[in-house]
Amino acid sequence: MTATQPAPVPALVEQLTGGLDAPICLTWELTYACNLACVHCLSSSGRRDPKELSTAEALSVVDQLADLQVFYVNIGGGEPMIRKDFFDIVDHAIDRHVGVKFSTNGYYIDKAAAERMARSDLLDIQISLDGFDAETNDAVRGPGSWEAARRAMDNLAEANFGEFKISIVATRHNFDQLDDYKKMADDYGAQLRVTRLRPSGRGVDSYHDLRLTHDQQYGIFRWIMDHPDVLTGDSFFHLNALGKDTGETLPGLNLCGAGRIVCLIDPIGDVYACPFVIHDEFKAGNVRDEGGFAQVWRHSDLFAEMREPGSAGACASCNAYDACGGGCVAAKFFTGIDLNGPDPDCALGHADDAVAAAMGTAPKPSQDHSRPVRLTVKP
Amino acid sequence: MATTAEFDSTTRWERSPKIGLRPEPFGALAYHFDTRRLVFLKSNKLVDLVDGLADHESADAAIEAIIEPTDERSRSAHVKALASLAEAGVIEPVAIL
Repeated sequence: MTATQPAPVPALVEQLTGGLDAPICLTWELTYACNLACVHCLSSSGRRDPKELSTAEALSVVDQLADLQVFYVNIGGGEPMIRKDFFDIVDHAIDRHVGVKFSTNGYYIDKAAAERMARSDLLDIQISLDGFDAETNDAVRGPGSWEAARRAMDNLAEANFGEFKISIVATRHNFDQLDDYKKMADDYGAQLRVTRLRPSGRGVDSYHDLRLTHDQQYGIFRWIMDHPDVLTGDSFFHLNALGKDTGETLPGLNLCGAGRIVCLIDPIGDVYACPFVIHDEFKAGNVRDEGGFAQVWRHSDLFAEMREPGSAGACASCNAYDACGGGCVAAKFFTGIDLNGPDPDCALGHADDAVAAAMGTAPKPSQDHSRPVRLTVKP
Repeated sequence: MATTAEFDSTTRWERSPKIGLRPEPFGALAYHFDTRRLVFLKSNKLVDLVDGLADHESADAAIEAIIEPTDERSRSAHVKALASLAEAGVIEPVAIL
């Protein structure tokens, strides 16, 4: 930075990709139980897993994260509020100064819950809504889910919760509604969060029907650039290839943080590289192992490997590689294409042939808690 | 709710009590518990400066004492770094009673 510094410090991005002593941000799915059955559920949730962490184990995870100075944890599921000890876990996290952002479908945010949540400073809520209108949303999230989400938002607004988040996964069906969503968020005094659809969990099956078209990818890149106050969870970094000629990059760190700055603790304590790769190949250990979470984060072979500089592979000859870094590992893995090559949603279309060729060969997630489909039996 | 302030390096500043600082190989991660913003302090010297600000009567004096800049470029680089930390709410002016 200046002439007074004798040794050059490696660039920040290099240091981040080399891994940190603890994750910057960690996702913790509290339960696989869910009252909904969204077609793109990243964790294939539905039924509770009998090996789910107990209350005591969950509180111990909170203590471990606090000791590691993890500033906040993203709690999800399943539907986290289904756990009877949900507030015990959240309250303990806040007592230990670990902020909580939690993701919910809103079904259980009645007036009383909204008031309780409004009293907590370190609690941040995001309500999932995947269509501006009930028809678009319920096609993905199930009948009644739009109404439940809107009711939760109304309850939070009425309880003066403050700035909650409305979280949408961008699909080809809700892409045209981005401006409507933005207005809805503004009307609520809420913040809009738009993230990328990934072929994870039940998304392995629904991805090809829901993902953005090439024109929409360009459209969303422009829309995000025009709306810097909209949160994206850094999930569209693969689209930075579209800004290479104009020198534009999306806000955020713009790198794959899997096993480097982020990871996932699943409901049974398994630690994965990121929330979108629930598969044995990306499992680093379990919080029940000796040494707990810190041991897994710092010493697992898998994470050590993921922190090594990656290979550009088939992207080496592409002049946009520096901008997009080859995209999302999870998206490549669950579409069955080469991990050292373009993202299936490569904005320049470089993966289109590979994705088509790999159709039907994608690996299945290691955990599937989907409820069995109930067939109506005629009398 | 954000406690950001116009940066004046001739006055006294301190690390915000709303900030969590986590040491990292590159410096530190700062997290603002109110605004939920994450900020990177990209050198250990900058971390020392943020931690030591309150012990000096002005940010300029803190830079002289802690950074010991050898030229104007280094001095102004640190003023600029502090200004952006003030904008992010990582540091706050010390209230004059």
